[in-house]
Amino acid sequence: MSALRTSRPARIGQYAALLAYLVFLAFPFLWLVSTAFKPAPELASLHPTWIPKDPTLDNFRQAFDEQPLLRAAANSLVAAVAAAVIAVAVATPLAYVTARHRGRLASAATGWVVISQAFPFVLVIIPLFLILKNLHLINSVFGLVLVYVVWSLPFALWMLMGYVRAVPAELEEAAAVDGAGRLRTLVSVTAPLLVPGIVATALFAFVTAWNEFFFALVLLKTPEKQTLPVVLTHFLGAEGVADLGPLAAAAFLATLPSLVVFAVLQRRITGGMLAGAVKS
Amino acid sequence: MRRRILTLTAALALLLTGCTTGNDAPEDGVVRLRFQSLAWQKESVDANRQLVKEWNASHPDVQVEYVQGSWDSVHDQLLTSFEGGEAPDIIHDASDDLADFAYGGDLADLRPLLPERLRADIPARSWETTTFGSDKGVYGVPFLQEPRVIIANRKILESSGVRVPTPEKPWTWTEFRQITRDLTRGMGPGRYAVAWPLKEPVSVSLNLGLSAGGQLFHREADGRVTVRFTEADAVVPGTIHDQVATDRTAPRTTLGSGGSDTLPGFFAGKYAMVPLGFAYRQQIAQQAPEGFEWTVLPAPVGSAGLTQGVSPQTLSIAEDSPYKKEAVAFLDFFLRPENMVRLARGDWMLPTGAAALADPSLHTARDGWATGAAVAERLRPAPAQSVRGYPEWKDKVATPAFQEYYSGAIDGVELRRRLVEDGNRVLARYQRK
Repeated sequence: MSALRTSRPARIGQYAALLAYLVFLAFPFLWLVSTAFKPAPELASLHPTWIPKDPTLDNFRQAFDEQPLLRAAANSLVAAVAAAVIAVAVATPLAYVTARHRGRLASAATGWVVISQAFPFVLVIIPLFLILKNLHLINSVFGLVLVYVVWSLPFALWMLMGYVRAVPAELEEAAAVDGAGRLRTLVSVTAPLLVPGIVATALFAFVTAWNEFFFALVLLKTPEKQTLPVVLTHFLGAEGVADLGPLAAAAFLATLPSLVVFAVLQRRITGGMLAGAVKS
Repeated sequence: MRRRILTLTAALALLLTGCTTGNDAPEDGVVRLRFQSLAWQKESVDANRQLVKEWNASHPDVQVEYVQGSWDSVHDQLLTSFEGGEAPDIIHDASDDLADFAYGGDLADLRPLLPERLRADIPARSWETTTFGSDKGVYGVPFLQEPRVIIANRKILESSGVRVPTPEKPWTWTEFRQITRDLTRGMGPGRYAVAWPLKEPVSVSLNLGLSAGGQLFHREADGRVTVRFTEADAVVPGTIHDQVATDRTAPRTTLGSGGSDTLPGFFAGKYAMVPLGFAYRQQIAQQAPEGFEWTVLPAPVGSAGLTQGVSPQTLSIAEDSPYKKEAVAFLDFFLRPENMVRLARGDWMLPTGAAALADPSLHTARDGWATGAAVAERLRPAPAQSVRGYPEWKDKVATPAFQEYYSGAIDGVELRRRLVEDGNRVLARYQRK
């Protein structure tokens, strides 16, 4: 145990590094929040301040006035939740089978999963577009959900395989020895241990779909169907000119669902990940 | 590169899946057109939506649906939509983005469709920006354009005693350099006469370069385009380079900035002048602190006077649209002189149409409209917008070369070598027969 002990200066250094990292991570979000509440003159000030001197809700009013943010958020929510649920539902059994039954096929499948993550969006978008068109799923949120599921499935599968492998096979063998059948073992022994992994994977799929822009831009044709990231670009003009205040306000609102989902589920993920990590 | 991957993928996908276009006749007899607009400022979106509403109210048999697009992603989105046979019927874009689509057969040649009124109202120099190919097809209606002007802090300028330029008597590039020296000297330490936001240095250099007679791209007798860097081409880049690297009358720090990024410094009096697109006036009018006085000056001139290059905003019709006549009828309505004025005011730009440009509201001194309107006649097609291979030349050769030159990292000889030698190598690949 002595090897784990660190000296006081080293510990201070670790905390300082952690703090610096947290500040680095939080900076864009905090700046976004600050910008969202600044009036136009403060946005154009040469000496920007963290806390707005004269905070205003005008940017939010303007953002809602100019763009259908609520409708777009609803579309995003439907697409992201559906994509997360379907991706996890499909990936979980696949991950279990691939992780538990190692063989050439499983290895090849794993390799393909890894390789498929390297495909750029632009390489797949036109074939996908044509396939969805033939299925009459252009301009359909369901079509978009299908794309999101396909897009997030490989990584979801990969993540879940790791979680499945982390569950000791001996536990399942012990259950079998105690007389539990395969289904009972999966439901009563393996599944509860996989819950944190499933939640984490669902979060990943949700956030990926919630933030996705290009597929939504290309596949959804009518304004009523557009998702939040697409609508956010409507605050941008040519050559990167931006309507900064309303854009920041809308972007701040767009990050809230992800933050809420993380806040609600974080305890469950970390709690589940740590459960059983040490012998009692 | 990304475009090439998209095009290759598109071709492959079409081979694999087959391509069908559903030109079904409308079941209820009502033609429905999709109009994708890139308007983004509130006044502009309002003007667009209102015009669509007015059209729909008076044309129950041809209904237009307004679809909001975005400048940021329009090229990739259109490319995908064209390949998938799902493009909007009426497409808002800029003339420098049309070449690929025009050569690719995605856009309708408007020559047989355009009404005479619209054709005659827009001057030939503007039509040139949307004319492509050996058969001189017209693939869009240029309707709004934006010259580059100098936005100046009125108090600093007037109190300095320098001559204030007008469209009738603008500064020459030599005079401009001298005036920035005088101004900087009077403004005190840490302050500069001019801030050049040159995140996109190529279009600025080429478009303003026309004022000094520079054109960089030369079409040879056999139709091939080559890059030549003459003394005239060196005037504008040389002035900017000297202001930044020699005179220190322009800060190095803004060279990588966009126009909006320079505004806080402009409002704070750190810079007396900022060369910007005409439409930036809207941001300035909205964001300027109370009491801040600003004015719009014409860009400096060389041997070609007020001439400068522009890439107008355009309205095109998809080749796959089964309702081209109806779409053109909508364009004819949308671009009536009075409507063009509404669109121009909404976007803080200048209309291309002669009748719209004559509207008194675009000639007021307020917000610098008169200065822009006075320059309008001298706007010409941006030098390279119909040159195939220009995007690659711009990204791989010209952008880094101009950036390094303006910052003082390379000299004029090296700039010339890169633009010409490296540049012609790039263009040659696109012009092999």
